[in-house]
Amino acid sequence: MAEKVWDQHVVHKADGEPDLLYIDLHLVHEVTSPQAFDGLRLAGRTVRRPDLTIATADHNVPTTALDLPIEDPISKKQLEVLTANCAEFGITCYNRGDFNQGIVHVIGPELGLTQPGMTIVCGDSHTSTHGAFGALAFGIGTSEVEHVLATQSLPLTRPKTMAITVNGTLNPGVTSKDLVLAIIGEIGTGGGMGYVLEYRGEAIEALSMEARMTICNMSIEAGARAGMIAPDQITFDYLEGKEHAPKGEAFEAAKKAWAELRTDEGATFDREVILDATTITPHVSWGTNPAQVAPITANVPNPEDFADPAEREAAARALAYMGLTAGMAIKDITVQTVFIGSCTNSRIEDLRLAASVFDGRKVAEGLRVLIVPGSHRVKAQAQAEGLDKIFTAAGAEWREPGCSMCLAMNPDKLTVGERSASTSNRNFEGRQGRGGRTHLVSPAVAAATAIAGHFATPGDLA
Amino acid sequence: MKPVTVITGRGVPLQRSDVDTDQIIPSDWLKRVERTGFGAGLFSEWRDDRNFVLNDERYQGASILVAGPNFGTGSSREHAVWALMDYGFEAVISSRFADIFFSNCTKQGLLPVTVDEEVANQLLAAVAENPELEITIDVARGSVEAPAIGVSATFVLQPFTTERFLNGWDDIGLTLRNEADLTAFEAKRPGYLPTTA
Repeated sequence: MAEKVWDQHVVHKADGEPDLLYIDLHLVHEVTSPQAFDGLRLAGRTVRRPDLTIATADHNVPTTALDLPIEDPISKKQLEVLTANCAEFGITCYNRGDFNQGIVHVIGPELGLTQPGMTIVCGDSHTSTHGAFGALAFGIGTSEVEHVLATQSLPLTRPKTMAITVNGTLNPGVTSKDLVLAIIGEIGTGGGMGYVLEYRGEAIEALSMEARMTICNMSIEAGARAGMIAPDQITFDYLEGKEHAPKGEAFEAAKKAWAELRTDEGATFDREVILDATTITPHVSWGTNPAQVAPITANVPNPEDFADPAEREAAARALAYMGLTAGMAIKDITVQTVFIGSCTNSRIEDLRLAASVFDGRKVAEGLRVLIVPGSHRVKAQAQAEGLDKIFTAAGAEWREPGCSMCLAMNPDKLTVGERSASTSNRNFEGRQGRGGRTHLVSPAVAAATAIAGHFATPGDLA
Repeated sequence: MKPVTVITGRGVPLQRSDVDTDQIIPSDWLKRVERTGFGAGLFSEWRDDRNFVLNDERYQGASILVAGPNFGTGSSREHAVWALMDYGFEAVISSRFADIFFSNCTKQGLLPVTVDEEVANQLLAAVAENPELEITIDVARGSVEAPAIGVSATFVLQPFTTERFLNGWDDIGLTLRNEADLTAFEAKRPGYLPTTA
């Protein structure tokens, strides 16, 4: 599938050079673009295809009430620079408060801009999210952002392919977040480097688009620049009627083309990993990289038990940073903050799942719970379903959309030593605020942990 | 970017695996809209620890970072490369680099040198032992040498990437030579593809 999309987008090919690939959609946000626009200005270049480019403010935006000012002057400036750059170069930009604004990887799909077979890039590593539609989508650096703005293409070397086949069906209470954490635990943070991952098998085919996006989103945490899932009826049903999706006859023509993207029977991959979905249980990360995960029922591992010296050293360093002791039960770890949000888990289905756990219950004494929808559309949908009432009645904070505490570029941060259960994607040192301690979990575990005060599944609650 | 041919300098040992770009340049620094001045933010949280290797006077002025495996994982922020270069690094040696970080290096002229794990470990130990150890990296020959400890290893870049380093070529300029191909490609894109207008 990745090779088919690749071949359909080669603009120029020459021996000894990377292929020049056409880019169908370029997503832009405020953090990785200002220097790229500066580069264009310095060279006197324009944006080749503003009509294939879209911008939104997400990383820096406060998630407090929209009628409050942005207090951080540097964040404010970066957001203003995005608006000014987009105006200068003719790019549509969704600013804070616009109904179309939200996390860039949430709004692409919900506007119907993300479609099967497309090449999609963004100056953000979680661009892999869009692969859930059978698009070849990957994160790029700022020099590449400038390159795509100027030429709508990128010189790239063809990646290797890896199939991740998940047989069987997931057990009730196990989410696609648990599945992807288990996959990363299996292949490691470097296992996917140089590859495009293709997720397939019975368990993958059964997933909704939201759940598929969660999986593809975290491909980068296994080192893979992109992850893909073959488009099928679930994909087509999601797209039908979306604002930018083809309509009528064009939709039928597109469906035909999309159906042909599926990997041919008997096609070979450079590597294949096979997992059994029935063995996967809710997962929690215990360390400082996303491969350092364990089932919630397990104990914190002992670094001495790792055979590889680099892994042993990394585990020892992680436990020291995380303030954990080898052998303690993960369910005995207490948290001070719960964050439900990010491009991994802030879509309507994630919020419905969390609300089903919060419904009729109260957040544990003294715990801070932030629930940050991925976009204004997600927020409106959740409010229409009354989910916000369930969250606030339980004692959680219902916020405005943005990246928020996933990377703590806005005021939502952990303090030194503060511990969180987070539905985001990275548990790196300081990721959610200097000295903060992050445990990655699914929305179901996050919500149950918020009620219990320590790591728990919904089944553990009275 | 500036041409890069031969780098000769001393190394700094960073004996950690999976160093992510959030560590290289924490997110607070990403709010800046300039491309310069990121050196002050390089590894800024780790630098608060007096014992962190960049605070060791013996390594001041070194231009080659010798790191553990899986260097540059995580976020696509090119600021990580800008920070390393602004601080004074000209090359990073590791047994494995994350894809986006590697690509960002080649766009800016920070030389990513991938060597066998055994060589990486040997260099890490030697540089930790001797801050004065001189390392020479030759882009055209694809070689890494530290004669004092008998290390003579090779690294591979794609031939095109090597040429770009040696000549300091501008990628956008190279691509725009294919303007006719771009225009022809655009003319035959399927009509159902979306636009943002």
